[in-house]
Amino acid sequence: MSATTGRPPSPLTWIAGAAGAIAAWVLLYSQLIPFSEWAVSLLPVERQSHLGESLAFFFYDTPKVLLLLTLVVFAMGVVRTWFSPERTRALLAGRREGVGNAMAASLGILTPFCSCSAVPLFIGFVSAGVPLGVTFSFLIAAPMVNEVALGLLFAMLGWKVALTYLAFGLGVAIVAGWVIGRLKLEGWLEPWVLQIHAGAVDLPQESLTWPERIRAGLEAVREIVGRVWYWIVAGIAAGALIHGYAPEELLASIMGKEAWWSVPAAVLIGIPMYSNAAGIIPVVEALLGKGAALGTVLAFMMSVIALSLPEMIILRKVLSMRLIAVFVGVVGGGILAVGFLFNLLFA
Amino acid sequence: MKDIKVLGPGCAKCKATADLIAAVARDAGADVTIGKVEEMREIVGYGVISTPAVVVDGKVVHVGSVPTREMVEGWLA
Repeated sequence: MSATTGRPPSPLTWIAGAAGAIAAWVLLYSQLIPFSEWAVSLLPVERQSHLGESLAFFFYDTPKVLLLLTLVVFAMGVVRTWFSPERTRALLAGRREGVGNAMAASLGILTPFCSCSAVPLFIGFVSAGVPLGVTFSFLIAAPMVNEVALGLLFAMLGWKVALTYLAFGLGVAIVAGWVIGRLKLEGWLEPWVLQIHAGAVDLPQESLTWPERIRAGLEAVREIVGRVWYWIVAGIAAGALIHGYAPEELLASIMGKEAWWSVPAAVLIGIPMYSNAAGIIPVVEALLGKGAALGTVLAFMMSVIALSLPEMIILRKVLSMRLIAVFVGVVGGGILAVGFLFNLLFA
Repeated sequence: MKDIKVLGPGCAKCKATADLIAAVARDAGADVTIGKVEEMREIVGYGVISTPAVVVDGKVVHVGSVPTREMVEGWLA
């Protein structure tokens, strides 16, 4: 843990620091292409060769993606200081389905919580009167539409794809939660969950100052970017190899739009795989560059992130096997729909 | 003597929290017992939904993140 020492800096210091950081960020970002060309020129490789192409791609993409990701994670870290699981629960308790599902999915993106809190959060929501389907909307949206996935999609595929992913991710969470709510599966919870009548802890919510919010943003960058950067570098390296070596349109026949079965296949393959968005997205970009269809690739990505075996094993503590099966079926169906829709829309 | 419990299902942040409290207590020479609560029912029984959480003498003082050093010093004072 980093501990702050000495007296806290004044707000002015913080504003000057933030301005300086933004200026440095813009400067770095504007030098990406010169940097990659310069880096390749230092190496004893032919710039026009396959290896040269791969290296240039790698030296351009890695700093670009890390810069954009840092920015998005920082902004999200600051925004999240206005939210907490406790506050979200109070907002959602007793909500009707429909509106409640939409609110829960949106709050799932904005509420900070550690993935290891999923079980206490689940129990806490349900025992406080948040409907089961609404709780599921929250738990589906939270991992699927996260800042790493959005930041990376934005960095590699542009804001249109990132926004569409956001909209469809929310859509899957809302609809899947609503369907689970309609099925009235409360009886399928492990019995002890319903017996718990936990009161809510009532901690005074101290309002934070701006320097504290900025510090929370920096902490998010240190923690998240610090945890995923090597995944990203590895992913881009894999992407760079595909970029330089795999022949154009190689994947069009197996992962292209004409192969309708590739969407369900992508979802099925994604379930047992467990990775965070960071490791998968650079590969995604490279696959797209070689003719794989966007919907197929995104369905694969959503499946890897939102339907993972380790998470199901954790959820098994509170859900019966049947409820988990329904969860996988409903979410998987939603992802499938997204895959087909994307393939239609981004033709 | 203060009785401190760290609530959480044994994740990295929970461990970081317990380690931080132990370190601060050692530095301050504070007389504390530090326990871990990893059983889900017990955690939820405290009304906690986001971990790691910290309980001092039976009262929840912090939820949802690794506390800062200053916060820990406040609890031990």
